[in-house]
Amino acid sequence: MKFRLAASALAVATLIAACGGASTPGPSASANTCFPVKGQCPEEAQTLTASGATFPAVVYTKWIDEYYKSTGVQVNYQAIGSGGGIKAITEKTVDFAGSDAPMTDAQLAAVSTSILHIPTVMGAVVPTFNIPGVTKLNLTPDTLAGIYLGTIKTWNDPKLAADNPGVTFPSSNITPVFRSDSSGTTFAFTDYLAKVSPDFKSKVGAGTAVTFPSGVGGKGNDGVAGVVKSTPNSIGYVELIYAIQQKLGTAALRNASGKFVDPTLDAVSKAAVGVTYPDDLRVSITNSPNADAWPISTFTFLLTYKDVSDHAKALAMARYFWWGTHDGQAFTKDLGYAPLPADVLTKAEAKIHSMTSGGLPVLPSN
Amino acid sequence: MRSGRGDRVFAGGVTGLALIVPLTLAGITFLMVEAAWPSITKYGVGFLTSSTWDPVKEIFGAAAYLYGTLVTTAIAVVLAAPVAVGAAIFLVEYAPKRIAGTLSFLIEVLAYIPSIVYGLWGLFVLVPLFRENVEPSLQSLLGPVPIVGGLFAGAIGGRDLLVGGVILAIMIVPILVAVSREVIAAVPTAQREGMLGIGATKWEMVRGAVLPYARIGIIGAIVLGLARAFGETMAVTLVVGNSSTAITSSLFVPGYTMASAIANQFVEATGQLYFSAIVEIAVLLLIVALVVNTLARLLIRRVSAAPQGFAI
Amino acid sequence: MTAAALAPAWRVRRRRRVADTVMAVLLVVATAIAVGLLVLILGYLLVNGLPALNVAFFTERPKPFGVEGGGVGPAIVGTLIVSALAGVIAIPIGIAAAIFVTELRPGRWGGIVRFAAELIAGLPSIAVGVFVWSFLVRGLLGRYSALAGAVALAVIMVPIVARTTEEVLRLVPGSLREAALALGAPRWRVILRVVLPTARAGVATAAVLAVARAAGETAPLLLTALGNLFFSTDLLRPIAALPLQIYQYASSPYDDWHAKAWGGSLILVAVIAAVSLALRAFAPRGAR
Repeated sequence: MKFRLAASALAVATLIAACGGASTPGPSASANTCFPVKGQCPEEAQTLTASGATFPAVVYTKWIDEYYKSTGVQVNYQAIGSGGGIKAITEKTVDFAGSDAPMTDAQLAAVSTSILHIPTVMGAVVPTFNIPGVTKLNLTPDTLAGIYLGTIKTWNDPKLAADNPGVTFPSSNITPVFRSDSSGTTFAFTDYLAKVSPDFKSKVGAGTAVTFPSGVGGKGNDGVAGVVKSTPNSIGYVELIYAIQQKLGTAALRNASGKFVDPTLDAVSKAAVGVTYPDDLRVSITNSPNADAWPISTFTFLLTYKDVSDHAKALAMARYFWWGTHDGQAFTKDLGYAPLPADVLTKAEAKIHSMTSGGLPVLPSN
Repeated sequence: MRSGRGDRVFAGGVTGLALIVPLTLAGITFLMVEAAWPSITKYGVGFLTSSTWDPVKEIFGAAAYLYGTLVTTAIAVVLAAPVAVGAAIFLVEYAPKRIAGTLSFLIEVLAYIPSIVYGLWGLFVLVPLFRENVEPSLQSLLGPVPIVGGLFAGAIGGRDLLVGGVILAIMIVPILVAVSREVIAAVPTAQREGMLGIGATKWEMVRGAVLPYARIGIIGAIVLGLARAFGETMAVTLVVGNSSTAITSSLFVPGYTMASAIANQFVEATGQLYFSAIVEIAVLLLIVALVVNTLARLLIRRVSAAPQGFAI
Repeated sequence: MTAAALAPAWRVRRRRRVADTVMAVLLVVATAIAVGLLVLILGYLLVNGLPALNVAFFTERPKPFGVEGGGVGPAIVGTLIVSALAGVIAIPIGIAAAIFVTELRPGRWGGIVRFAAELIAGLPSIAVGVFVWSFLVRGLLGRYSALAGAVALAVIMVPIVARTTEEVLRLVPGSLREAALALGAPRWRVILRVVLPTARAGVATAAVLAVARAAGETAPLLLTALGNLFFSTDLLRPIAALPLQIYQYASSPYDDWHAKAWGGSLILVAVIAAVSLALRAFAPRGAR
C-alpha cells in the first residue's frame, strides 16, 4: 500500500516536472510575440549554427548571450574568419555566416541559391602598434602602405619622423602583423591601401587572403592583437575594440580630405554619410571623402540564403537578424562598434523581410 | 573442421567490421586525391618547386610549406636524436634497474601530453624565452660567423621556424627514447660480454658492440620520430609564425609547415582551385607519412624481435 | 693506430678512462634533459593551470569575447560525449580487425587489414580531418556535428585498438583454444567465450588507452565538430571540445582566456595521463 502510494506520488511528480518543461528564460510565449521580436516564439528553431568573421565577434557574442536570455534560442557563432564564413555558407554547412568582405561575383556564382547580405554594425579597422616608448603615432596612406610593402623597414625611418614631430622612435626593425587566415578585416584594410597606393595595388592587391611581402601572421582579429601585444616593435590591423581591450596604441590616419583622424566611432559613422548603396548592399566605404571620416571604416554583414526551406529555422534566423539590427544596436557603442545609420537600417529591414521559406515570406510585413 | 551456421554468422560479422579498415583507407586516398585533382593537373611538379602562394591571383606553389616542414623536422631530429639516444643508452646500459624503470616511466609520460598542450606551452614559455634571450644571443654570438651566421639573421619575432623545430624536438623525444630502448635492449648479452671480456671500458663496449648492432633499429626510431614530426599540426601552428613569405636561409623567419598551412587555410579555402591546392598539400603529407612510416617499421622490425608495444 | 700503439700503455689507459667518464656524464646529461623536459612542462601546467580551476570553470559556459569569468563547461561535456561516441564506433571495429587477423586468419586478407591499420595509424590527424570533412560534413550529413567529430576520432582510434588487441590475443595460449575446440565448441564460441574473456583485461586497456589518446586530439575536430558556445548533447549539431577550446583561447589576446587555456590543458593532461598510466601499470605484459 505504502509502495503504491510512493510510486504514484513519484509518477505525478515526474509528470509535473515534465510538463513544467526545461527551464527556459524569458516571458512565456504566445503567437504574437514572434514578430516584432519580444521574447520566445514557439515555432522557431531553438538552435542555430553560424560561423565567420572575427571582426564583429565581440558584439556578436554579446548579442548571443542577451538573445539567449530573452528568447532561449542558442545561436552558436564560431569566429573563424570571414573566409571561413563564406566557404561555410557556400558549402551549406552552416545556417548563416558572418563576413566583413561582401562576397565577390565569383563567390556568389559558386553558391547554388541566392545569398542576402544583411549589414549589422559598422567598425573601424585600425593600425595598432606596440612600440616601446611611443604612445601616439600618425600615419599617412604612403607610410602605412610602405610599412606593409616592406619599403619602410625601421621605426626611425625619416618618412615616419616627418609626420610625427617630437616623437623619438627606436631604430628597431618593424614587424608588420597580418591575418594568417582569410579575413574580411584584411579585405577592408587592403581595399583601402589599394585605393590609396598604386604600388600596393600592383604588388599585393586587395582581397581576403593576400600575400604580404614580410611579417608575421596571426589567426583572427584576436590573434593579431595577441601577436602585436607580445611582439615589441610590431604593428597590426584589427577592429578598434581589439586594440582597446589589449590597451594597445591606435594610430591616427590621414584621410582623403587631408586631416589626421583618430579612430573614433563618430569618425566611422561619418564614413557612411552620402554613400550610394547598390541593391545587394555589397558596398565598400573605405577611403571616404568626408571631412572627418575614418578612412578604413567598414560594414560587417550576415550572409544568409534568401530562401530557407526549414520554416522553423527561417523564422529563428529572421528574428535574430531583426533583433540584432534593432535591439542589438544598443550594445554597439560600448563595445567599440558604430550602429547602423538610419538609411542602412531601412535597407537591412527590407532584406530581412525579403527572406522566404518555401517561397512564402518568413516575417509578416508590418 | 565443420563450420556451422554460428561460425558463418560470426565470421561474416567480424569480417564485415574488419574490412571497414582497408575500406576507410581506400576512401581516404580516393576522396583526397579526387579533391586535389584540379590542383595536381594544373600545377604538376611546379607545385613542389614554386613558392608563390597567391589565393587572389589563384597561383599556388607549396615550396615554402615544404621548406618549412623540412627545416622544422630537421631541427627536431638534430636536437632530439642525441638527447633521446643518449638517454636510451643510459637507461639500458648504465642505470640501475629501479631507477631505469622510474625514469623511463617519466619520459613516457611526455608521450601522453596532447599536442595542443605542447603548442600552448611552446607559445607561452618557449616563444618569449627565445625572443628575449635565446635568439638575440644566437644572433650576436653566431651572426658574424660566415655561412652559419645566415641562419640567425633578421628581425626576431619569437614565432619562427626555429621555435617550431624545438617544440617538435621535445615532442618526439619520448618516441625516440622508447623505441631506441627496446632496440638497444634487444642486443644479445653475448655481444656485450665479448667486448668486456677483452678489457673494453663501458663506453667502448657500447660503441663497439651495442651500437653497431642496434644502429639500424635506432635509425628506424629516428625515422619514426621524423614521421611524427612531419605530420604534427597543433603544436607547430601556434609557434611557427604562419606567413608564407619567400624561402630564406634564416631560422628566425616566421614560416609555415605543410600541416599548419592546412590547419590555417582549410576552413576558408573558397574557390575550387584554392581548396584543391590545400587538399593537395594533405595528399603530399599522406604520401610522405605512408612512405616514412613503412620504412621506419621495416627498419625496426629487422632488429627488434619484440612486438612494438608502444601505441603511437 | 701505430702512434697509439707506440704510446706508453698508461697514457692510453688514462685516455680511455677519461673518454669513458666523459661519455657517462654526457649520457646522464641527456637523460636529465629528457626527464627535465617533462618536469618543466608539468610544472608550468600546474603553476599556471591550477589558479584557473574553480567551480565556474567546470560548470559555466564561455562569456562574450573580452569579458572575464565563465568557464569551459560545454567543452568538458563535449569532449566526454565525442570521445565516448568515438569509442563506441572504434572499439568494435578495432577488436573485430584484431580477431580477423589473429583468429580467423584468412591469409592475404589478414595481411591487408593489418597493413591498412598500420597505414592509417601513420596518417597526420589533420589529413583525417580533411577526409571526414569531405565525407560527412560536406557530404553525407551536410553539417558540422558531434557525430562527424566522433568519426574522425574513431578513425584515429581504430589502429590503436586493433594493434594492442592483436598483441593481447596472441598471448592467449594456443592450448586454451585447442582444449575448447577439442570439447566440440564451434569456432565462434571459442573466440567469444574463451579467448576474448581471457584477454579481457588487455582488451579493456587497449580500448581505454585509445579513447584517452583520441580525447586530446585537436586537428580532426577543428574541421568536423566546429565548436559550440552552448552545452549540447545533440549528435547532429556542432559540439564544443576541450582541445578546441584550448586552441581558441591560446590564440586569443585575453589573459583570462590564457589562464583558462592552461586550466583546460591541466585537466586534459591529468585525466589522459592518469588513465593511461594507471592502466599500463596494471595491464598484463604485451598490452602496453
